[in-house]
Amino acid sequence: MSRYSIVSLLRNSLSYHQNWQRAWRSPEPKKRYKIIIVGGGGHGLATAYYLAKECGITDVAVIEKGWLGGGNTGRNTTIVRSNYLWDESAAIYDHAMDLWKGLSQELNYNVMYSPRGVLHLAHSVSDMQEIWRRGNAIHHNNIASEFLDPEQVKGMVPFMQMEGRYPVMGALLQKAGGTARHDAVAWGYARAASALGVDIIQETEVTGFDIKNGEVQGVRTSRGDIACERVGVVAAGHSSVVAEMAGLRLPLESFPLQALVSEPIKPVVDTVIMSNGVHAYISQSDKGELVIGASSDAYNSYSQRGSFDIIEDTLQAICELYPQFSRMRMLRQWGGIVDVTVDRSPIISKTDVKNLFFNCGWGTGGFKCTPGSGHVFAHSLAKGEMHPIAAPFSIDRFHSGALVDEGAASAVAH
Amino acid sequence: MLILDCPWCGTRDQSEFHCHGEAHIARPTDTEKMDDKAWGEYVFFRTNPKGIHYERWTHDHGCKRWFNAVRNTATDEFLAFYKPGEKAPAVGSDQ
Ligand SMILES: Cc1cc2nc3c(=O)[nH]c(=O)nc-3n(C[C@H](O)[C@H](O)[C@H](O)COP(=O)(O)OP(=O)(O)OC[C@H]3O[C@@H](n4cnc5c(N)ncnc54)[C@H](O)[C@@H]3O)c2cc1C
Ligand SMILES: [Zn+2]
Repeated sequence: MSRYSIVSLLRNSLSYHQNWQRAWRSPEPKKRYKIIIVGGGGHGLATAYYLAKECGITDVAVIEKGWLGGGNTGRNTTIVRSNYLWDESAAIYDHAMDLWKGLSQELNYNVMYSPRGVLHLAHSVSDMQEIWRRGNAIHHNNIASEFLDPEQVKGMVPFMQMEGRYPVMGALLQKAGGTARHDAVAWGYARAASALGVDIIQETEVTGFDIKNGEVQGVRTSRGDIACERVGVVAAGHSSVVAEMAGLRLPLESFPLQALVSEPIKPVVDTVIMSNGVHAYISQSDKGELVIGASSDAYNSYSQRGSFDIIEDTLQAICELYPQFSRMRMLRQWGGIVDVTVDRSPIISKTDVKNLFFNCGWGTGGFKCTPGSGHVFAHSLAKGEMHPIAAPFSIDRFHSGALVDEGAASAVAH
Repeated sequence: MLILDCPWCGTRDQSEFHCHGEAHIARPTDTEKMDDKAWGEYVFFRTNPKGIHYERWTHDHGCKRWFNAVRNTATDEFLAFYKPGEKAPAVGSDQ
C-alpha cells in the first residue's frame, strides 16, 4: 500500500487524481479464517487492525452486511471525551483518548481528531452537584478537567445565552475532548488493516453460526459458510439479532437515536457544548454545519428513524441556549439504532458459546472509545482471555450485580 | 411520530405516552430457589427482537393507565393494543 504524504499528493495531482490506489482490498471470502469479526463499523475494524498490528494475527476477516461505517459509525455526532464517573470507565475511555492522540500518524490517515474541548453545562444546583461529583471523581483517575464559573464559560462561548430559561451556573471542561471525523476513522482502520492482510468483506450478511458442542466453528453468511476458530461480534444496534442466531439473549434494548445538521455558517461554536439539564448538545463541523444531537427515543425500534417530538425538544433546548439559531435551516436529519444496557456501559465479553465473543452495548456513546474498544477486544480475542481493561465489562456483571453505572454521566446521548 | 390507540381513551400522539419495554415478563414465583443467574436473566435480559414486539405502555398525559401493544420494531407499525390481563393477540409472522 502506498503511503499518503505530500509527495504522493503531488504525484497524483499530475494525473488529476485519477490514479489513487483503492484504500482497501475487497477480496473474495476465503473458506476459513482464524478470527472472524462480524460488523464493519469503527469498533469491528479497529479490532481487526489491532489483531493484525499488535497481536500478529492477520488471518482475519471483517464481515459487514452493508458498507463500511454505514451503521452508527457514520451516523454519530463524533464527540470524543473520557470524563466518565467510574474507575472502570475511566480506564477504557482514557485508554481510547491516549490512542486518539497519535491515531492519524499511526494509521497514516487523517482522522481529524480535534481536541477542541467538551463543555458540560450546569443549569441548576443539582447539575452543579453532578459536575462537582464527577469532576472530582475523575481527578482521582488523572483525567484532566476543569470547573468553570459563568464568567469563564462566557469567555469561551461568547455567543451563548447565559441567562434565561436555562441559566448557566457553571461547567465542567475536558480540554482533551473534542471531535474526530467518523468516516475517516472507519476508513483509516480499514485501510491500515487491509494493508496488514485483513480481508474486508462488505455487502455480506452474517445469517447464523455453526456451533458444535457449545463451541463456534464458523459463520453462515449470505455468500456461504466460512469456518473459523473464533468470532468477535461487533454489531452495535443489531447485537441482539446476531446473538439470537447463536441462541443467546443479551441485556440490551435497541433504540433509535437521531442527529441533525444545519446549513453551513461562519465559525460560531469552537468547542463541544453539552448539557444534561436541557438534553441537547452542539458542535460545529469544519464545513461550518452545526451538528446537533439529543436523547434517544424511549421505545425499542430498528427503524433507523426516530420520532419528531425528540427533534422538537432538542431544537427547543438549542434555541434557548442560542436564540440566534432559531432562524437557521436544518439540512439533514437521520437516525441510528443504539444498543443500550441498563448501566449505560458496554459489554465486552465471552459468552456461553465457546470462542464466541461480543463487543456491544456501547449505546449512545461508543464512537469516542473506538480505538480503546478495538484495542482491548483484539487482545482479548487473540488470547482467548479478556484484557484487564475489558474484564469489568463482562456480561457476568448482570448476574453478579457489579454494574458500572454510568447513567448519570450519559444522561444525554453522546 | 407514532400514533397509539389507548384502549381507554382512543387515538393519541405518542408524546402522551411512555413505553416500558417488553411485556409479559412474569415475575418468578419460586424466588427463594433462584440463583443469581436466573435473577439476572429476569431483571436485565430482554428479547429485543427486530420484528414483532409485545410491549407495555402508559398513557401518562391521559388516563395514566397501563396497557399493552404489539408493534413491528422493523417498521414501527402497531398491530394491536390490548388491556392488561387480556390475552396477547396472535399477530401474523414478521413482515
Ligand atoms: C445519532 C447518533 C449520535 C451519536 N453520537 C455519539 C457521539 O457524539 N459520541 C460517541 O462517542 N458516540 C456517539 N454515538 C454512538 C456511537 O455511534 C456508537 O456507540 C458506535 O458507533 C458503535 O460502534 P460500532 O462500530 O460497533 O457500530 P456500527 O458502526 O453500527 O457497526 C456495526 C456494524 O455491524 C453491522 N452488522 C450488523 N448486523 C450484521 C450482520 N448480521 N452481518 C454483518 N454485519 C452486521 C452493521 O451493518 C454495522 O455496520 C452516536 C450514535 C448515534 C446513532
Ligand atoms: Zn388513556
